[in-house]
Amino acid sequence: MHGWRRARLAERTKQTATGRTLRFEVPRWPGHLPGQHVDVRLTADDGYRAVRSYSLAAPADADVIELGVQAAFGGEVSPYLADDLPVGAEVEVEGPLGGWFVWTPGDPGPLLLIAGGSGIVPLMAMLRARLASESDDPCALLYSVRDPDEVWYAAELDAVGSAGSAGSVGGTVDVRRLYTRTAPDGSARPPGRMTERDLPVLPSPAQARCYVCGPTGFVEHAGALLLAAGHAPDRIRTERFG
Amino acid sequence: MGDLSPGFRGKARDLMARLPPGQYPTESFPVLSAGPTPHIPTDRWSFTVTAETGESRTWTWEEMMALPQEEPTVDIHCVTRWSKFDTRWRGVPLDAFLDGVGTAADFVVAESFDGYTTNLPLEDVTDGKAWLAHSFDGYALSPDHGGPARLVIPHLYFWKSAKWVKGLVLTRENEPGFWESAGYHDYGDPWREQRHRGD
Repeated sequence: MHGWRRARLAERTKQTATGRTLRFEVPRWPGHLPGQHVDVRLTADDGYRAVRSYSLAAPADADVIELGVQAAFGGEVSPYLADDLPVGAEVEVEGPLGGWFVWTPGDPGPLLLIAGGSGIVPLMAMLRARLASESDDPCALLYSVRDPDEVWYAAELDAVGSAGSAGSVGGTVDVRRLYTRTAPDGSARPPGRMTERDLPVLPSPAQARCYVCGPTGFVEHAGALLLAAGHAPDRIRTERFG
Repeated sequence: MGDLSPGFRGKARDLMARLPPGQYPTESFPVLSAGPTPHIPTDRWSFTVTAETGESRTWTWEEMMALPQEEPTVDIHCVTRWSKFDTRWRGVPLDAFLDGVGTAADFVVAESFDGYTTNLPLEDVTDGKAWLAHSFDGYALSPDHGGPARLVIPHLYFWKSAKWVKGLVLTRENEPGFWESAGYHDYGDPWREQRHRGD
């Protein structure tokens, strides 16, 4: 199951000033589940190596995987992947990794995804899998960003749903953007931190599967809101960074 | 290697001797948890050691704080690949809780207030190799880092250092815990890079 595979950079897409999605061709990729990640290994000319983990942003697509990379200022690996690795060049990847922070379309019940900043990446894989499925269970994505320039997958999310006001969630997928500092003109919701009023009203919150990903402080805050709203601790899965 | 990641130079060569394979140094203290953070007030906290016979002994917060304290400074290594050097803890060596227990067990399962479990050989948590820690860097341990008290077992990947720990259960058989049942390595030695089952 484990071992390093060569991965060729096929395409790089700018998502934000520092966020990129990278699509790699990985021959004989074994497939993966939404929410899983891979390790990426870089090798310098003298043999020095560095490894970091990156979330998979899309369901498995034959031999092509899509990773989300947020360039960290002064970082060893992420700025190289974000801007320097040439298209057509190879790195090594190992995976898929992680068996806990995963969702598959076979998991029944309402699905609530809560992303902070670049924490959208693994949740995007779940959202895309949900959209491609037959499920008509309620699904909502709450996506907290500082300002409109920080939104990943903007056009794709626009096509899924509008940033509506709080209300009950039907059988469709509801995407809501929550701006913490600057909201676009005409937004009904004033900019600010996520509150209990931003959570979708679900018929039976204790049955919902919740996935939260983002910076530690954001995940702590979202987890507390979910518990206060009656969500079951053992149905809240979290992934944190930073 | 010459054709991989062209132009990559890397930054952490000088630290290679101190870093287990595949790790990188971090200045921050990242958080890894599977679910929401539990908040346990110290007046409702207790720590229980249960032998395989069913016999048990429990310490309240005040009783634990009254035990002889140590201040280990250790490097810690997370399976998500960060390592943090010279972390300063204050707490009680697990020997203080285990020394008086009559047991023929070879293994121990650490249990946490949120239901988390992790398994260890008993010999890996005795003889000054493991602590119940309640302070980090001179301050009370915060809930997101496992407060009010967590295990610190620096010679193994840090998922073995259970946050929000409430007790140890001694077992004759090895009983895989939460991550160990989810595909991670049973033992987790960072110097042998035992990240996943089969490594």
